[in-house]
Amino acid sequence: MQSEILLIEPKLTFIKKTGLAMFAAGMLFFMISFTAVSRISPLLFFILSVVLGCAGALIFFFAQLKESPIPGVKKNNIMFLSMTNRGMLGWMTAVFLTGMYVLIYWFPELLENVIRTFDSLSYTLNGNPANQWFLYGTLYTVAVLVMGVRMIIHNRHNKYQIIRTISVMFFQLILAYLIPMFIVNGFFFTYFWPLKYEYLFPASYDYLIQSGGIGMFMFFWAAVMSFIATPVLTYFYGKRWYCSWVCGCGAMAETLGDPYRHNSDKSLKSWKIERWMVHSVLLIIIIITALLWIDNANENFILKDFSHSAAKWYGFFIGAMFAGVIGVGFYPLMGSRVWCRFGCPMAAVLGIIQKYFSRFRITVNGGQCISCGNCSTYCEMGIDVKSYAQRGQNVIRASCVGCGVCSEVCPRGVLRLENGPVKGRYELNDDYLR
Amino acid sequence: MVKSKNMNIVIIGNGITGITAARHIRKRSNYRITVISSESEYFFSRTALMYVYMGHEKFENIQPYENGFWEKNKIELIRDYVTFIDTENKRVDLAGGIVVNFDKLILATGSRSNKFGWKGQDLNGVQGLYSLQDLELLEENSKNISRCVIVGGGLIGIELAEMLRSRNKKVTMLVREDSYWNNILPAEESEMINRHIREHHIDLRLSTELSEVIPDENKNVKAVITKEGEEISCELVGLTVGVSPNIDLVKNTDIEHNKGILVNEYLETNIEDIYAAGDCAEFRTAFPYRKNIEQVWYTGRMQAEAVAQTICGKRTAYDPGIWFNSAKFLDIEYQTYGLVNMNIDGEKNLYWEDPENRKAIRVVYTDDGVIGFNLMGVRYRQDVCLKWIKEKRSIEDVLQDLGQANFDPEFFKQHENDLIEIYNSKNSSHRVRLKRKRGLFKFAN
Ligand SMILES: Cc1cc2nc3c(=O)[nH]c(=O)nc-3n(C[C@H](O)[C@H](O)[C@H](O)COP(=O)(O)OP(=O)(O)OC[C@H]3O[C@@H](n4cnc5c(N)ncnc54)[C@H](O)[C@@H]3O)c2cc1C
Ligand code: SF4
Ligand code: SF4
Repeated sequence: MQSEILLIEPKLTFIKKTGLAMFAAGMLFFMISFTAVSRISPLLFFILSVVLGCAGALIFFFAQLKESPIPGVKKNNIMFLSMTNRGMLGWMTAVFLTGMYVLIYWFPELLENVIRTFDSLSYTLNGNPANQWFLYGTLYTVAVLVMGVRMIIHNRHNKYQIIRTISVMFFQLILAYLIPMFIVNGFFFTYFWPLKYEYLFPASYDYLIQSGGIGMFMFFWAAVMSFIATPVLTYFYGKRWYCSWVCGCGAMAETLGDPYRHNSDKSLKSWKIERWMVHSVLLIIIIITALLWIDNANENFILKDFSHSAAKWYGFFIGAMFAGVIGVGFYPLMGSRVWCRFGCPMAAVLGIIQKYFSRFRITVNGGQCISCGNCSTYCEMGIDVKSYAQRGQNVIRASCVGCGVCSEVCPRGVLRLENGPVKGRYELNDDYLR
Repeated sequence: MVKSKNMNIVIIGNGITGITAARHIRKRSNYRITVISSESEYFFSRTALMYVYMGHEKFENIQPYENGFWEKNKIELIRDYVTFIDTENKRVDLAGGIVVNFDKLILATGSRSNKFGWKGQDLNGVQGLYSLQDLELLEENSKNISRCVIVGGGLIGIELAEMLRSRNKKVTMLVREDSYWNNILPAEESEMINRHIREHHIDLRLSTELSEVIPDENKNVKAVITKEGEEISCELVGLTVGVSPNIDLVKNTDIEHNKGILVNEYLETNIEDIYAAGDCAEFRTAFPYRKNIEQVWYTGRMQAEAVAQTICGKRTAYDPGIWFNSAKFLDIEYQTYGLVNMNIDGEKNLYWEDPENRKAIRVVYTDDGVIGFNLMGVRYRQDVCLKWIKEKRSIEDVLQDLGQANFDPEFFKQHENDLIEIYNSKNSSHRVRLKRKRGLFKFAN
């Protein structure tokens, strides 16, 4: 006699199959949308591709609730799956994502038919026909929302993750999508200099000031956020208030990127490369911004041409290639935070504040660490968390975005993200490691 | 920093004990350090083997140090098996034919899985889980099978069950006791784990013992038979009935041993300049409330540190301090501090449980103050708990400050008040109130 307990076996249930079928059909219609066929009824094709695909994905994720009804860390088999372990599917996904970025940034004419299927939505939101950026913004937001639901379902035992994910979904949908698309064309209330470098360029200053009250407010907003709110909030909460709660790049990394977070490189060498790169980018954008302002004030500035072309090249190589194409396209290969880690100048600024002037740290709980390595493995920023935990030292790293996943996956309850007195933050707590 | 070019330290075993000793000796001296071990090239975390099988991590992720660490710190590693210790001439023989001389020797040979002489215990498909090789064997043995039986209800047994469930195997667990791990866990917590094991679709058989394992025609396991005579068919049997010190190496030497290698509180064996620490060591006299043989990660680490000090000239006794431990039973984290479930004279227990969310908090105290904390699904601060135990804080003091001990992530529901309410409902004379909850700006210590 075998107990009944054994009889229940999770498998590809009917509901899951339905969800997957809908998602696959959505992808198929999305491909057809590239052809002139979609002109018959763009709206219909929008529904059949985007809406159907998303609905399918959501059904699939919700089905998992039933399949593994007990909340807890869900990381089984991640290192075996082709999709998440840089296998064939992962590689194909990387090429696909990268390719989409290249098309959107530089070959929008190839997307003409697809863009038309987004017209109805665009007209509803702002009265204009869709363009490549509307397509991009919509797909981006949809990805954050759908994969955000997945993130919440997977982490439903952890309230920090639930609230944080809702936060990035909210900021992406409202402040980085609806408001810019709907009210103030193209202004993102969630991005600031130096990440959105052009907001503090003289040209946007002139443009915004000339466009009256709302424009003045926007410039004022951008400046206040960059120079006052950023240091103050980072002092109290660490850079997480932005990187894993507000920022759109972070939103994508924490939702679509979550299944790939372990692919970040943890070696000391990559840490070294990271420090060089991210601070260089920061330095470059500071210099460019300064040059543009000097040029603005001084008609006969000798570096006039240089500063303008430097700004353009920065926009191409860093703004588009690095932040966009590589930043998201390489998720399946290099983890979800390639841009945030190696390139983002905002992260560099926040990191410096976090390291030297902040109350934030990850506290290590006495001598409970068993060096199992889960924390390091799942740190998307490639921080070797266990190297701190196993010697009883609080984790204070410029790059830590405070996603809280290390604390969540630790099977021994060793790590806690917290804000406390700056004094004593760095003290070694190795009483139990004798 | 002790300087002596000629001092030659040899350590057998590259587990947490051997490696901690090596690291601490390196910190304090420039002695020559050689670590000899046969299981793996580099130190890995034994406690994390399960995560490799479940696909949470790769093997390289469970190596606590980068491979370059050893050379950088001048710790020589030899991968070989030690066959003999010549205590007279102070040298060890390796299977590969090399002979290594030592001035001081540390034995950190760890444990091995118990087998109790069951019929059929050596059939194909019957195995324990201790070493890297066991993990590789499990990978082999669990291919293309669907039914497993695990014998033994300890920490490794439940880990093995979780591992096999992650690959959708059907798992039956035979546990001799009438409730899971109830020699350590108090009744309520043990019962909570019973339920949790079952909700993970693991067929938990309590008060059930193995009688024999029976083979098919190819000497593969076909089924197990319990002492009650029930036959349970299966293709894999996991034997996880505890571990014992690995003392093969000292058996034919004059190093005294019982179950483990006998040591005093300085971890010295009966032979001068030879020490033993970690899982393989057995104390001649046990420390109060402790076992003679301590088989956990933390104690191995602490013992190794004491040995390192002694070897570097500062003779230091192992001070076990207040007991602490932690584990995870499937999805339920467990932390424990101090004396729990030990039936101390005059002990009282304050217990709160949220069965639906699989959480429990237990504070054990006497009239002299708190003596233990036991947490299921809730994280508490080690610092704070041990300090209260050491200071013998009164239960009421502890309860009103309990917020300081909470170590759960931000925004988690805090349950300290639930515990206090239970206390107040039993002791109506004076009511305890929680002084401060943990908050976003508030901080313990
Ligand atoms: C699956 C599993 C899970 C565990 N989980 C936990 C946990 O969560 N928390 C906890 O506290 N403890 C846990 N433990 C126990 C913990 O892992 C051990 O207490 C600890 O690893 C012992 O360390 P050690 O260095 O003393 O011995 P070991 O880690 O066993 O190292 C000894 C090494 O010496 C080698 N060796 C032995 N003899 C020779 C020889 N003659 N020549 C060469 N080399 C030799 C062995 O091959 C081995 O590599 C777990 C154990 C297992 C098996
Ligand atoms: S250290 Fe932890 S909180 Fe910080 S980024 Fe890494 S996983 Fe996230
Ligand atoms: S996950 Fe926890 S126990 Fe494992 S190495 Fe990290 S801090 Fe240590």
